[in-house]
Amino acid sequence: MLIPHPLLGLRDAQEFTYLGDANMMARPDPTGPDAEAAFCDYVFLRDNPAGVHRELWFHEQGDRSWLVVTRNTVTHEILSAELATDVARKDA
Amino acid sequence: MGFSGFRVIKEALTGHKGWGTLWRNPEPQAEYDIVIVGGGGHGLATAYYLASVYKQSRIAVLEKGWLGSGNIGRNTTIIRSNYLLPGNQPFYEFSMKLWENQEQDLNFNSMVSQRSILNLFHSDGQRDAYRRRGNAMHLSGADGQLLSQDDLRQMVPFLNFDNARFPIKGALMQKRAGTARHDGVAWGYARGADQRGVDLIQNCEVTGFRIENGTIRGVETSRGYIGAKKVGVAVAGSSSRVMAMAGMRLPIESHVLQAFVSEGLKPTIPGVITFGAGHFYVSQSDKGGLVFGGDIDGYNSYAQRGNLPVVEDVIEGGMALMPMIGRARLLRSWGGIMDMSMDGSPIIDKTHIDGLYFNGGWCYGGFKATPASGYAFAHLLATDTPHNTATAFRFDRFSRGHVIDEKGVGAQPNLH
Repeated sequence: MLIPHPLLGLRDAQEFTYLGDANMMARPDPTGPDAEAAFCDYVFLRDNPAGVHRELWFHEQGDRSWLVVTRNTVTHEILSAELATDVARKDA
Repeated sequence: MGFSGFRVIKEALTGHKGWGTLWRNPEPQAEYDIVIVGGGGHGLATAYYLASVYKQSRIAVLEKGWLGSGNIGRNTTIIRSNYLLPGNQPFYEFSMKLWENQEQDLNFNSMVSQRSILNLFHSDGQRDAYRRRGNAMHLSGADGQLLSQDDLRQMVPFLNFDNARFPIKGALMQKRAGTARHDGVAWGYARGADQRGVDLIQNCEVTGFRIENGTIRGVETSRGYIGAKKVGVAVAGSSSRVMAMAGMRLPIESHVLQAFVSEGLKPTIPGVITFGAGHFYVSQSDKGGLVFGGDIDGYNSYAQRGNLPVVEDVIEGGMALMPMIGRARLLRSWGGIMDMSMDGSPIIDKTHIDGLYFNGGWCYGGFKATPASGYAFAHLLATDTPHNTATAFRFDRFSRGHVIDEKGVGAQPNLH
């Protein structure tokens, strides 16, 4: 698989480390009243869809940036890649 | 009709005209007491033990494709009970005991071959870890013995013992481990269940659950609505997709695992061998092909095929372990979809919906578990209590902090 890095162009997926579902960027509020249950869901439960999936890849053997890659889990087609910092800024 | 040596001779003398089909192909009834979703190894074994051991009736198995069309037909056929943790090992040893009697029990040749497994170690630290694992195996009543390098040189002289980076120091051997004919296992359980009145319904995809006031009423399928008092789901690989129809999110990611088989060769590898310094395992099928595999690809996938970097990694493991493998030509490679759970161990449990039960999260260890998984799931469905070897496989172990993490790597499915 080739990942279209927004700064570096097409890079081999082997340069990256896979973490998982990009929803992990949204950490629960540790001071919230239901923090324990929310963190249990956050750590252990996943949507795990068949089809389009937004996921976190770390460019470990490159510029060490975190990317949010949108990929189809049925075909392995990569639809887009953004810097995770840009995604976080948009969501903030 | 049963299978026997006498019958093989009789059929050979009469032109093989007496062999019938192994199971009926019934139309679905309007309602069953128990519906099993998933006609793979685990679902068929569940139906078989429900009917044979737990004396349940009015059972159906619903299968989207054909019987045994999922991971039971895509694995590397290894059976073993060499786990470490108390939540796992007694269960896998129970499975091993069921394997040992399976052919007699089912009156079906599933080609269970106890040809042993060798887990190689390459350092003093790894020897200690395997000694500890062997002791844990003994605690559950399983066999295991530590072999020295000299023992191994007698048994498997073709290994690269003097590899400069990963010298082979010895192995943990389980003699009772081995291989079985994967498709035959599914067929044997299917035939046994059918003979006891279970309806095996193929080309019947479950498209939804009918749930009223927190209780299951039945399943919507591509062949119409089927009522059920209890529904057991055994669809590892697609667990998240199916349970999402019941509104559940699971502690599971789906990942692809590749497997490989070489051209047929003369008998060369006596049992199953695993490389301790990388992830590589190999055995030789009765047809002569070297059957081997390694790591999962490592990203969420529902595609039954993987990518080349893992192919390269697996082959490198093989070359480091037994350089002779480089002379064999690769015949086929394929992929299967694994339920990778958050701690690397399975789940056999009730859900929060009355009458809906779940069996999944087998990671890439589901094949060896087939008999015990079916037995324990049948026990749960019939009695509403967990089987005594499967009490740890609960959904709430994650929230309670009682994970069963053999590798100790945490909630990161692609590391298990």
